[in-house]
Amino acid sequence: MSGILIIAEQRRGELRPISLELIGAAQQLRAGGGDAADVSVAVLARDPAHFVPALKLAGVDEIITIAVATEEFDPDTFEAAVGALIEERRPEVVLVAHGVDAFGFSAALAARAGYGFATDVFKIARDDGALVATRGGYGQKLCVEVDFPGRETVVLAIRGGTFKPPDAGALTDPRIREFAAPATRSRSSGKGFVELSAADDVDMAAAEFILTVGRGVGEEAKIEQFRELADVVGATLGCSRPIADAGWLPKSRQVGQSGKTASACKLYIAMGVSGAIQHLAGMKHVNTIVAVNSDAEASIFGVAKYGIVGDIFEIAEELRRHF
Amino acid sequence: MKILVAVKQVAALDEDFEIRADGRDVEPDCLIRDLNEWDDFSLEEAVKIKEAAGGGIEVVVVSVGPDEADESLRRCLAKGADRAVRIWEDAVEGSDPIAIARILAAAARREAPNFLFAGVQSSDQSFAATGIATAGLLGWPHAAVVAKLDFTPGARTAALRRELEGGLLQEVEIELPAVLTIQAGINTPRYASLRSIKQAAAKPIEVLGLADLRLTAADVGESGSLSRVRRMYVPEKGRAVLLEGTPAEQAGQLAAIIREFKGEAA
Repeated sequence: MSGILIIAEQRRGELRPISLELIGAAQQLRAGGGDAADVSVAVLARDPAHFVPALKLAGVDEIITIAVATEEFDPDTFEAAVGALIEERRPEVVLVAHGVDAFGFSAALAARAGYGFATDVFKIARDDGALVATRGGYGQKLCVEVDFPGRETVVLAIRGGTFKPPDAGALTDPRIREFAAPATRSRSSGKGFVELSAADDVDMAAAEFILTVGRGVGEEAKIEQFRELADVVGATLGCSRPIADAGWLPKSRQVGQSGKTASACKLYIAMGVSGAIQHLAGMKHVNTIVAVNSDAEASIFGVAKYGIVGDIFEIAEELRRHF
Repeated sequence: MKILVAVKQVAALDEDFEIRADGRDVEPDCLIRDLNEWDDFSLEEAVKIKEAAGGGIEVVVVSVGPDEADESLRRCLAKGADRAVRIWEDAVEGSDPIAIARILAAAARREAPNFLFAGVQSSDQSFAATGIATAGLLGWPHAAVVAKLDFTPGARTAALRRELEGGLLQEVEIELPAVLTIQAGINTPRYASLRSIKQAAAKPIEVLGLADLRLTAADVGESGSLSRVRRMYVPEKGRAVLLEGTPAEQAGQLAAIIREFKGEAA
C-alpha cells in the first residue's frame, strides 16, 4: 500500500482551484512521511486529455485520464470509476475535495469498500507511521485528530483554501496513463446548470469593500440599520447563509463558498458572523477581514486580521458617527 | 408512499466546557443539545410533500441517539412527522458517521421508504457524510446538497437542483428510491404550534436496538467506524488583532481602517 491518489475536480471545462490545493496537500504529506510515494492525479471527464496540461505541475508523478460518458459530475459514474481505480492501484491515501461534488460520492464509496475516511480535513500528519488527520469539531471550536487503525487505504476530503497549490512555473513531465472506467448505468442524470440570478442589481463578485451581517443580527427588522451603515461607509451589504435562508436578504447578497464568490473583495467587515467553515473558506482570500462578534470564541476570529469583541449594534451605531 | 427523514440531535459547547479525561471528547455535561439546523429543513420538505398530496404519504423520522434525543424527535412530531423511531444501545457510543450510516441503512431497509432525506451536514461535527454513506450502503441513487425538489407523488423520478459552489446550481433527474441530502434554505421551516407540541408529547417513540435491525455490536461503535478520534483540543487563539477599548474607541479604530482602505486621511 503506497502512493497518493488525487481525484481532481473539474466543472464546465475548468479545473477547480481545490484540485491544485490537493496536489499541495500531497506534497506536504510526502515530505512529512519521508516516503518516496508516487503522487498520481486522476481526472474524470468526457475528454480528460483537455485537463492534462494544467495538471503538469511540480509534485505530480502521474496523470491518470479516465474518460467517462458524462461531462459533468455524476455520482454513479464517479463512484464506479474511482472505486475501480482504487482497487487496482491500492493507494495508501486518496485525496478528494471537501466540496459539493465529492460530497456526492466519497462517503458512499468509502462506506461500501471499508476505506478509512475523514472529511473537512485541514491538516495531515504522520505519527509513528500512522496517518493522522485533523478536522474541526463542535462548530469549529475544537480541533479533532482522527486516525484509521487497520485501514490500508484512507480517503481524505480536504478543506478548500487550506493547502498551497504548487508553483505553476516549473515545467514537469509526469507519466500520462489512461484508465478504462467500468461500464455504469447512472440512476441520476445532470440536466444542465443554472446561475444564481441576482434578485437586485448587486454584483458581489465585483465589490471591493463588503460589510456582511450574520445570524447575530437576530431579527429581520434590524437588517435596515446595517443597510444604512453599509451605504454610509461605502460598502456593499452582504450576508451569511442563515440570513439568506431566512429570506431577510436576497440570496445574491450571500457571500461564502456557496454564495457568490466575492473575488474582488479587499476589505471585509463581518458583523455577527460566527464563521461556518463554508463561509470562512469562501472569504479567506480577502486581505483585510475585520470581525465584530459578541462571542470571543467565534471561529471567525481565527481568520480575521482585526477583531472586535462586542455588541454589533453598539459598534454599528458608534461607527456611523465617523462618516 | 413513505418518506424517511434522518435527524440528529446535535451538541454545542457550553461557555465553560471541559475536555474529557481521556482527551477524546468533551464532558457530556458541558453540551447544549438541539435538533440539527439542516434537519429542520429536510423534515419540512418531507411534510410539504405530504401536505401537497393531501393524504397517502407517511413521514417517519429516525434518529440514532440516547433517550435525550427524544426531545428532538418530539419536535419533529410536533412539526408534522407521523411516527418517530429512535435507535440506541451503549455499543453505538464512539460511532463515526459511517457506523451511524450503517444503522440508518438498516432502518431504511426495515421501513422501505421511497425517499430518505438527511441534512447536508450537522452543525456540530460538519461531516457532510452520513446521508450519502447511507445511500452507498443501501446501494440507492443519491444526490448531495439539494436546494430545490420537484416531486409528484407516484412518479418514479424526481427533479432537483444541487447547490454547487459560487452560486451555481445543477439540475438533476433522479430515480427512486433515493437518498437526498437537503440544504438549508430549501424551504421555510414552520414553527410548531402549542397544540401540536402538546399532541406530540403524547405520541409514542419507537425505540429499537441493534438486534431489531439485524446488526451486531461489531457493526457499530469503533469497530464499525472508518475513523477513530484520537484527541480533541482547543486550537491556538486566532491571529486576529483585537481592537480594544470602549465601543466608541473600537469603532474609531475600525473607522480608521476603513479610511485607510479608501485612501482617505485618518
